[in-house]
Amino acid sequence: MTMTDTNPSGMKVSDEIAIEIRNMNKWYGQFHVLRDIDLTVRQGERIVVCGPSGSGKSTLIRCINALEEHQQGSIVVDGVPLSSDIKNIDRIRSEVGMCFQHFNLFPHLTILENCTLAPIWVRKVPKREAEETAMYFLEKVKIPDQARKYPGQLSGGQQQRVAIARSLCMRPRIMLFDEPTSALDPEMIKEVLDTMIQLAEEGMTMICVTHEMGFARQVANRVIFMDAGQIVEQNEPEAFFKNPQNERTKLFLSQILGH
Amino acid sequence: MSDTHEETIAFVRESEIPAAPPPERQAGAIRWVRDNLFSTWFNAIVTLVALYVIWWLLSGLIPWIVNGTWEGSSVLECREILQGETGGCFSVLRERWSQLLFGFQYPPSLHWRPTLAFALLFVAVPPALFFKLPRWMLVFTAVYPFLAYWLIWGGTIITPVFAAIGLVVGYLVFVRVEKRSFMLGLFAALVAATVVWWFGGVIADEFSRVARLRPVASRAMGGFMLNMILGIVCVSLSLPLGILLALGRQSRLPVVKGFCVIFIEFIRGVPLITLLFVANVILAFFLPPGTNFDLILRVIIMITLFASAYIAEVIRGGLAALPKGQYEAGDSLGLNYAQSMRLIILPQALKISIPGIVNVAVGLFKDTTLVSVISMYDLVGIIRGSILASTAWSGIYWELWVAACAMFFVVCYGISQYSQWLERQLRTDHR
Ligand SMILES: Nc1ncnc2c1ncn2[C@@H]1O[C@H](COP(=O)(O)OP(=O)(O)OP(=O)(O)O)[C@@H](O)[C@H]1O
Ligand SMILES: [Mg+2]
Repeated sequence: MTMTDTNPSGMKVSDEIAIEIRNMNKWYGQFHVLRDIDLTVRQGERIVVCGPSGSGKSTLIRCINALEEHQQGSIVVDGVPLSSDIKNIDRIRSEVGMCFQHFNLFPHLTILENCTLAPIWVRKVPKREAEETAMYFLEKVKIPDQARKYPGQLSGGQQQRVAIARSLCMRPRIMLFDEPTSALDPEMIKEVLDTMIQLAEEGMTMICVTHEMGFARQVANRVIFMDAGQIVEQNEPEAFFKNPQNERTKLFLSQILGH
Repeated sequence: MSDTHEETIAFVRESEIPAAPPPERQAGAIRWVRDNLFSTWFNAIVTLVALYVIWWLLSGLIPWIVNGTWEGSSVLECREILQGETGGCFSVLRERWSQLLFGFQYPPSLHWRPTLAFALLFVAVPPALFFKLPRWMLVFTAVYPFLAYWLIWGGTIITPVFAAIGLVVGYLVFVRVEKRSFMLGLFAALVAATVVWWFGGVIADEFSRVARLRPVASRAMGGFMLNMILGIVCVSLSLPLGILLALGRQSRLPVVKGFCVIFIEFIRGVPLITLLFVANVILAFFLPPGTNFDLILRVIIMITLFASAYIAEVIRGGLAALPKGQYEAGDSLGLNYAQSMRLIILPQALKISIPGIVNVAVGLFKDTTLVSVISMYDLVGIIRGSILASTAWSGIYWELWVAACAMFFVVCYGISQYSQWLERQLRTDHR
């Protein structure tokens, strides 16, 4: 596998390692969900993870911010090893933003409060400053005018963009996305993807679980294909789509690109 | 489209139709009565039966109230005044109202003290219930319990002041030490508070004349005042305790979880009245003789434990109703356990639990009348054990029990209305 320092759209990738996963294994009871995962993500890299349902994609990225516990192997995020030490976990979580399939906004708080909550309580930023930051990012995802509303009053696409803004307010060095567009209607997918593309262009380190292959082609440095808890194939998007090596990858691609 | 069609379809209005009133029979009361009360023959029969029942009730009740007398100082005088006509003997309420409210042992010359405490309740409680009020008003809410204790029980003010200082010191110690370890913090806080309380006890004994109100013994508390004291104290203590138990029951630490489960299941499995008997008899038996651990305190502990188990289960339902994503979102933002509980999980879980919590609170308030069984003279105890047992007023059931019902109803209805208002205020999900 070859790695270049720039991807098709010319975005810079540094040599600094953002995430290093070594020999990671995870079980749910007797069920071996993740098997010998090895993955190195460098600062500024954008990785798309795809694979059939149940292959362990969500589990993999949820292990990175310790939403799930792994039983074997090591995960180092931004130089901090992920152990059972709660201090390390909290530190990693505040450096790693995450967007969920179902947004998971806090329905009892306004959009602005959703965005300022963590900076105020975790980063101890003064309220005024946190609100300014929140407005800056809400403008960035193009919904500053909704700041005083509650999540229930927004469309799905808007909610997902708020969720992205909420993560960005913590000024994370890494962003994880777990199928951010798969709960959305087609016309809303684009607005969320545009936001993510913009983020990628600014050099954010990203790992996205998604089946949006257009997005993968446009912004990813690497596409990772998972099946049955293993990384089966990874490559630059161009090569990955044009010339998949593994049989399972071929089958998967023919299925999702076929129609 | 063909030409002929176009002619028939095209239409332009040239004059306005003026608004007309609806036909007489369709509007107003007649229509409403017909539609709602006599729409079918079955409804008509039900209506007539209901009307008869209402008439029957009112024809008994109205003369009873209107003819009722407020004069006379015993049931015999009352009967004389009424001269065989139907009518309530409300004189018992006039003559015994102070007993109904304060019990028969609270010195009448001191009744102003609990009355003042009650009046101040209306200053202390709103800031906690209506969050639109300025936050600084909560300072008085925090001071109120100690002030009310001083007013009702009397004695030197040093006692409640040190009780408060002990809590504050305990809290400060906890905040300091908690960063190192939660359990250590809890323990250190307990030690610090106990030291302050012990010290306060010594000082209070030494300077028992400072800002001294005439002390009133716990035994003297009675009447509706006792129900209110028990109700307010137990509700306000059982809510936080219930929250802790509910969270404890979800804990990943087996010891904490096990303790909470056993506690909740045990308390829910026994009748309150048995716990009250335990409070009355057995606790006193276990405590070293001479300890001043008064009955009201024991009863408060029992009712609080009882109610907190129920509240814990109600809140557990609220916690279970929250999607897992809410916990995960909190975690992924780096909030620690206490923060995500306080800022994300509990506000939502408590909101869902409001109807259930209010249910428990109202039930608890009414259950305070059970203390009459362990010979405390609360409202029910006073009526049964003191007023009805007296020769002057024996046999005056209706007047007294209706009055008792009315007092409880006013409070419980108030709680219920508040909870509905609160639910409307907190509705942000726009479903
Ligand atoms: N909490 C759990 N307990 C037991 N098994 C689980 C749990 N969560 C997930 N699994 C199993 O682990 C496997 C991987 O799940 P995961 O959610 O990571 O898949 P995925 O690749 O994200 O799939 P999808 O595309 O459907 O989201 C699945 O077979 C799933 O059934
Ligand atoms: Mg998934």
